Amino acid sequence: MKHNLILRVTAKTLIPPIIIFALYVQFHGDFGPGGGFQAGVILSAAIILYSLLFGLDAAEKVITPTVARILASLGVLIYMGVGFATVLLGGNYLDYSVLADTQVAGQHLGILLVELGVGVTVCSVMLLIFFAFAGRGRP
Amino acid sequence: MDLYINIILLALMAITALAILRMTNIFAIVMLFGIFSFLSAVLFVVMDAVDVAFTEAAVGAGISTVLMIATMALIKNQEEKRPLGHRPWLPLLVVFITGAALVYGTLDIPAFGDPNAPAQKHVAPYYLEKSISDTGVPNVVTSVLASYRGFDTLGEVVVVFTAGIAVLILIGGRLTRPTKRRDK
Repeated sequence: MKHNLILRVTAKTLIPPIIIFALYVQFHGDFGPGGGFQAGVILSAAIILYSLLFGLDAAEKVITPTVARILASLGVLIYMGVGFATVLLGGNYLDYSVLADTQVAGQHLGILLVELGVGVTVCSVMLLIFFAFAGRGRP
Repeated sequence: MDLYINIILLALMAITALAILRMTNIFAIVMLFGIFSFLSAVLFVVMDAVDVAFTEAAVGAGISTVLMIATMALIKNQEEKRPLGHRPWLPLLVVFITGAALVYGTLDIPAFGDPNAPAQKHVAPYYLEKSISDTGVPNVVTSVLASYRGFDTLGEVVVVFTAGIAVLILIGGRLTRPTKRRDK
């Protein structure tokens, strides 16, 4: 699909709004539908679209498989880290109320961090799986 | 009104499923899978489960379709037509009896949205009443997912992570590609 001009121009205008929308879904999940899972998938869809049109090598320059592997583990570590932070601050595991002065602020911070971890892991794992599948056809 | 929309959507899903069964062109089948996912996402919207619909549209219709297309690049585009090597009556009977048992089972399930259903009586009222004062999050789905059931969600993230590792072990072991492409 490398030589299809219309698809390339359309994708170039579409990819930035898709990424913005992914960030919106990520950080607006408290108020509207969405959250880390959906945002991660949408963000990875933007990069996969880029890779379908401009080639796998170009996409792997944007985010290399090594970086994706590190990010995939980092997301899980963020999530678990929030849990351990609450334990160290004297609460139960993943009881976000102790993260800030008031209960609501603590819950808000905890949910934000946890959803960030979810989004990072889901996005990188989707990209890793896509790279693994698409890389098989490469000479 | 909802009833007619549901009937139309379910009919379209049944038609799509039958079309998938009849087709042999794999590309068309993958596209129909995407359509099937979108139809079920619309069905979830009708049921007011917007978060589930969102996930279904993004994962079921988006990423799965792309992964299947990426796989298709590695295989043949056409399914081979084989003559039917068995009598269809016994499998048909098994499927019919299983379907009838499932339909019989649904008769005991409480009606959709029934406030007296056991699922609505257990912890759901607590979440709905206390979500704002406990967490300040208006979207109860998010507060249940990330806060009340945070430990479950941690498990889900680890499942996604493990699935990624499994795929990498099976087909993606190469971290750096050989720099030497071809000598000629």
